[in-house]
Amino acid sequence: MQLVLEKRAERSGTIALVSPLIAIGLTIVTMVILFALLGKNPLLALHAYFIAPLTDGYSLQEIAVKATPLVMIAIGLSLCYLANAWNIGAEGQFLIGAVAGSWIAVKTQGTDAGVWVLPAMFVLAAAAGALYALIPAICKVKFGASEILTSLMLVYVADLFLDYLVRGPWRDPHGFNFPTTAEFDPVATVPLLIEGGRLHLGSIIALLVVAAAAILLARTIKGFEIRVVGAAPRAARFGGFNANQLIILTFAVSGALAGLAGIIEVAGPVGHLQPGISPGYGFTAIIVAFLGRLNPLGILIAGLFLALTFIGGEQAQIAMKIPLDVTKVFQGILLFYVLACDSLILYRFKLVFSNRQVPRGAG
Amino acid sequence: MELVEAIILAVLAASTPLLIAATGELVTERSGVLNLGVEGMMIVGAACGFAGAWLTGSILIGALFGIVAGTMMSLIFALMALGLAVNQVATGLALTILGVGLSGLIGAGFVGERITPAVHLFIPGLTDIPLVGRVLFGEDGFVYVSIALVVGVWWFLYRTRAGLVLRACGDNHVSAHALGYPVLRIRTFAVMFGGACAGLAGAYLPLAYTPFFIPGMTAGRGWIALALVVFSSWRPGRLVVGAYLFGAVTILQLHAQGWGVGIPSQFMSALPYLATVIVLVLLSRARSGGSTAPAALGTVFVPDR
Repeated sequence: MQLVLEKRAERSGTIALVSPLIAIGLTIVTMVILFALLGKNPLLALHAYFIAPLTDGYSLQEIAVKATPLVMIAIGLSLCYLANAWNIGAEGQFLIGAVAGSWIAVKTQGTDAGVWVLPAMFVLAAAAGALYALIPAICKVKFGASEILTSLMLVYVADLFLDYLVRGPWRDPHGFNFPTTAEFDPVATVPLLIEGGRLHLGSIIALLVVAAAAILLARTIKGFEIRVVGAAPRAARFGGFNANQLIILTFAVSGALAGLAGIIEVAGPVGHLQPGISPGYGFTAIIVAFLGRLNPLGILIAGLFLALTFIGGEQAQIAMKIPLDVTKVFQGILLFYVLACDSLILYRFKLVFSNRQVPRGAG
Repeated sequence: MELVEAIILAVLAASTPLLIAATGELVTERSGVLNLGVEGMMIVGAACGFAGAWLTGSILIGALFGIVAGTMMSLIFALMALGLAVNQVATGLALTILGVGLSGLIGAGFVGERITPAVHLFIPGLTDIPLVGRVLFGEDGFVYVSIALVVGVWWFLYRTRAGLVLRACGDNHVSAHALGYPVLRIRTFAVMFGGACAGLAGAYLPLAYTPFFIPGMTAGRGWIALALVVFSSWRPGRLVVGAYLFGAVTILQLHAQGWGVGIPSQFMSALPYLATVIVLVLLSRARSGGSTAPAALGTVFVPDR
């Protein structure tokens, strides 16, 4: 018995729409098996993961808070992936953005600096994220070095740099030797949308980013160029599109968005700079980008869904002692199914029982 | 003199996991498949390897657990990237994300446990020779296996017919297919070999390098192994040089921290990663005339029947 792929005459539009749903369905089936293997009641576990977080206001806000960085990073990554530029170092760009923005917060601490502080932090974080992303992009364009490996290596460098700052020069002198900066001043903090709640201004920014990306891709020439360079590089060359320029551009934009997401996370939900500010947002955003089919609206939905798994994972750990790593396994399996189902858009899967039965010249 | 010997021993120990993992990936890439999931396969190999050794008390069984775990991870990759013609870059990333989660899940029960690390060879008379004795005759088994592995792979790729066919698949899968070679089957075996090596390399870490398991203990070594394959221009001989150079950088930064050089430890720890970036840039630049990569590397192949 053999699995054979048969190319479809055209890409299937129906399957393009339902494939993320099939993937989620298959993932849930796999998770049921995994929960059973771990000796947990699968139905209770699924309830804790996917239903319980939707039933109280606090968790709903928390989902939006977690989805904010995921969506912002994934929108940037989707532009890269559409243009066939493989930025997988968003985690590093996120951290560098957080560090750069925090610099202003740390330096203005305790002074009577005005309302300009937060906007300045945003601008600096976005610029730093973009510059950090430009390192692999320029290495790729100028020297042909694999952007996959260089962007990933820079994640470790960014992580160590942040660690150095909060253990060294920026450590809070009153922080009992914990590796953290002091709490940011109110002017350096992202305002909340609901008094006493968790939802903050960052979620509005994320929505604006989604809208901007949708307009860029659907209504502008640059957006068209990005899509063509990725989908049909030869046609793009005949069209005179500059692929290298697009690599630089998409890396810079995705770096800026990741950096902005970084400072929003630090100046928002976290409130100070410390190691471990990201539970792998930069990597989970890769899944969000693919699950959302590299489409801005799809990414918004996918971001909310993966945020749900973060919150659900925490609740399942508290309620049922299910290890947090299950969430990572879940996310990895989900990406596999998403990619496999995407293959269905271009190919038909056929099971052939013996190759010898195929008459000569057939196919 | 003792210090020199100690440094050489430490460099060899730090290089061995890189060398094993990179050798496996080299074979995979020579068949035309880019498996970016080395880090994921390594970390699962580390967790399963430690679990095997802790449960049975045998380092050998631990190593086998690591090899089997790495191979099974690579089979997921083969099913996706070869069977279902999915983009290899994305599949490799998925494998790493899954591997990190799985290893945390498997290893959770073993954090804080210790095992007796792999024994070192001891031949009376030979191992006692000053300076070279322990370097040549006093290593753990993994070091010798890694050397044998590279030599074996070199011999296979350049001195056997099967190796020639494998390289043909990597350079031009359409021609290899037209000549009647089962491209996808050959690539599946190459991917499995890469997985087995990555699993063994991962298992080396808790079995010989440190006698305990900590989550995330591969710390990017899988990615450095991928960079080493580029560094080597896909040639086993240069891979050895590259792996030992990287091992030397790792040990250099550890010693520099110990000597109390006035540089913060985090900057020294960043050295191996920065070195990888710099080496990739310099090499890619030197090669601007023409690429030495297998011509079909990373491309999807769906045989027309």
